[in-house]
Amino acid sequence: MTHPADIAPRVPRPFVARALAHPSFLLGGAIALVVAAMALLSFVWTPHEAGAIEIARKLRPPSTEHWFGTDQFGRDVLSMIMRGAVTSMAVSFVAVGIGVGLGVPLGLLAAARRGVLGEAVMRANDFVFAFPALIIAIMLRDVFGPGAVNAMVAIGIFNVPVFARLAYGAALPLWTREFVMAARVAGKGGALITLEHILPNMLNLLIVQATVQLSLGILAEAALSYVGLGVQPPQPSWGRMLNEAQTLMALAPRLALIPGTAIVLTVLGLNLLGDGLRDLLDPRLARER
Amino acid sequence: MAHRIARVLSLALVAGIAGFAAGVASAAPRKDVTLGVRLEPPHLDPTAGAAAAIGEVVYANVFEGLTRIDRNGAVKPALAERWEVSPDGRTYTFFLRKGVKFHDGTDFDASDVKFTLDRARAADSVNPQKGLFAPIEAVEVVDPATVKVALKQPTGRFLFDMGWAAAVIVAPESAADNRTKPVGTGPFTLATWAKGDRIELARNPNYWGRPAALDKATFKIIGDPTAAFAALMAGDVDAFPIYPAPENVDQFKADPRFKVVVGNTEGKTILAMNNGRAPFTDIRVRRALSQAVDRKAVIDGAMYGYGAPIGSHFAPQDKGYVDLTGRYPHDPKAAQALLKEAGVAAGTRLRLVLPPPDYARRGGEIIAAQLRKVGIEAELVPMEWAQWLSEVFKNRNYDLTVISHVEPLDLDIYARESYYFDYKNPEYKALYDELAATSDEGKRIELLKKAQEKIADDAVNVFLFLLPKIGIWNAELKGLWENAPIPVNDLTEVRWGE
Repeated sequence: MTHPADIAPRVPRPFVARALAHPSFLLGGAIALVVAAMALLSFVWTPHEAGAIEIARKLRPPSTEHWFGTDQFGRDVLSMIMRGAVTSMAVSFVAVGIGVGLGVPLGLLAAARRGVLGEAVMRANDFVFAFPALIIAIMLRDVFGPGAVNAMVAIGIFNVPVFARLAYGAALPLWTREFVMAARVAGKGGALITLEHILPNMLNLLIVQATVQLSLGILAEAALSYVGLGVQPPQPSWGRMLNEAQTLMALAPRLALIPGTAIVLTVLGLNLLGDGLRDLLDPRLARER
Repeated sequence: MAHRIARVLSLALVAGIAGFAAGVASAAPRKDVTLGVRLEPPHLDPTAGAAAAIGEVVYANVFEGLTRIDRNGAVKPALAERWEVSPDGRTYTFFLRKGVKFHDGTDFDASDVKFTLDRARAADSVNPQKGLFAPIEAVEVVDPATVKVALKQPTGRFLFDMGWAAAVIVAPESAADNRTKPVGTGPFTLATWAKGDRIELARNPNYWGRPAALDKATFKIIGDPTAAFAALMAGDVDAFPIYPAPENVDQFKADPRFKVVVGNTEGKTILAMNNGRAPFTDIRVRRALSQAVDRKAVIDGAMYGYGAPIGSHFAPQDKGYVDLTGRYPHDPKAAQALLKEAGVAAGTRLRLVLPPPDYARRGGEIIAAQLRKVGIEAELVPMEWAQWLSEVFKNRNYDLTVISHVEPLDLDIYARESYYFDYKNPEYKALYDELAATSDEGKRIELLKKAQEKIADDAVNVFLFLLPKIGIWNAELKGLWENAPIPVNDLTEVRWGE
């Protein structure tokens, strides 16, 4: 048996080829793409004006005119779902942005300096980590009032220690590696080493974590809107649609099922995508396959 | 393992049988009731707060007045056994019940009546309905069981007014603490108040009148319509005298465990405008909003068709009502033209403050959509109840709000010097003063009509609909009110079973 693959087993297949053969990455990516496309499309086109109230056509069942029917205020459910995807994505992306933007530098700083400063930074992160996003949102509501920004900041603050811990944990072992020592000997400072050697080596981890946090952010946004702390009407939100549908469960169960399914699918899709990315990006895992 | 399952099962079976036996044994009617209410009262002193939620707990249960309003809106004797009115209609002599004690054991007598009335009409009074006491000239204690009240002018509704929650009799010893420790003369005393959760009343064993059939009554505060639905379905609450989610009514009607009674309240639901603040200082803007809002859509959308449309601040079931719902027909084009004429630019942003009740939250969303069609961007600002009371009602810091005025015949609020919608019109004030001083029935009705028309003409607020009283309760429960001529939950006749 002299198959070419056997001769050179150490040569990894190209990333794209592996990705295309990875079922959860494919499925997750497809779902995420569909949601993103739906959100983008809603900026230029929705079947009906999103969130337009028209009491005369309320609670219509699905039809060719309203694919998902209309809700208790006569709003087109499909248009609401499409525009709601924008809300979910926007809040989640900004929240992850806040988490990465603040958390990663903090973690890197703590790992580079260690000592008292490092301890102080990481313990402060532990302190923030003790507050769930919901509690942060309630505190922010009392100061600034409810709204989309409130939700973004609350979930964002919740994300900071997640990324700080990840960066810290990944950076610590790297600092003991030979290439870092070599860089030190060459006279490079802590900041430069972090930028040139530490950060690039943990990028994979960050991407995977960001995908997972994105899905958690969508869930958190839905939860906040569900209890009235997130985006306010008339801006559509999946969480609020779910809330408003509750008393209508007997009359029109689809009003709860549709946004519920949208949330489940999106979160599932992003989780699969994160899973797949981890498999594909982590060299150790890839070798085991 | 199988052994353990069998044991658990048999245990469960035994427990079930025991439970069943207990159920049979306690066939005697229950002695407690749990009522669901939408809003938590800010405190429990009806002589010191405007929130109807206070009276909904304590009126007729904890506190009593000289007279009382019954379920049909009629005046009945309470702490005053009977009364005499002088021929000129200016002197009322109340003959008080004897042997009545307050909850703290002190005796009730004429001095308490004098104290209560003088306190309510004093210059520094915090009574939310000072207008009720304005006609009083002097209160005189004749003997411990007789009080003479002299009026400045004959006042037709004086006996009715003395039956309001704001006119209940309090004792000088306990009046200062009534907010947290209400001490009245009623058939129930306050047992516990778990803030944010429930208020429990216990039967007063020393009650002077017919004792209540219930030992215990719990007011459970349930703000969320979904929770209200679940609580009723699970039997956690026995009754929701004002059920918040009209979309569930058909479901409850089809369920034999429940009784659904749709009655009237006096709740004039309005889109209140801050008349003292631009752009609502301009009558054209107020009229434009009256035309921009489609009442029918609000009733259908927020109330599922429950609720009669109103065109002024007056309930259709009250004597002297004029139908003014056609005064400003829904016409977005005309509204837009009026706004343009008044110089209100398209895209003007206003704050529409929404208190917690669902009629407000849902109605507000629909109204905002209607205002958007005439070029007004109404930003929805949801507020908790206490915050609404201080921000909007007290400090007048708002542009628009949706609220229901549940007090009966409260045309006086438009004549008040400083009320939250800040309507200052000397003509209306004169009209109201004349109405207050008139006791001739025919003349009164004519003036009532004029007052309603004046308010509608000035478009002080946008008048939406009369709040329905959708009462849903356990089919076995008897004695709750079908209508709400005043906003109360009178438990004195509530009992279980046949």
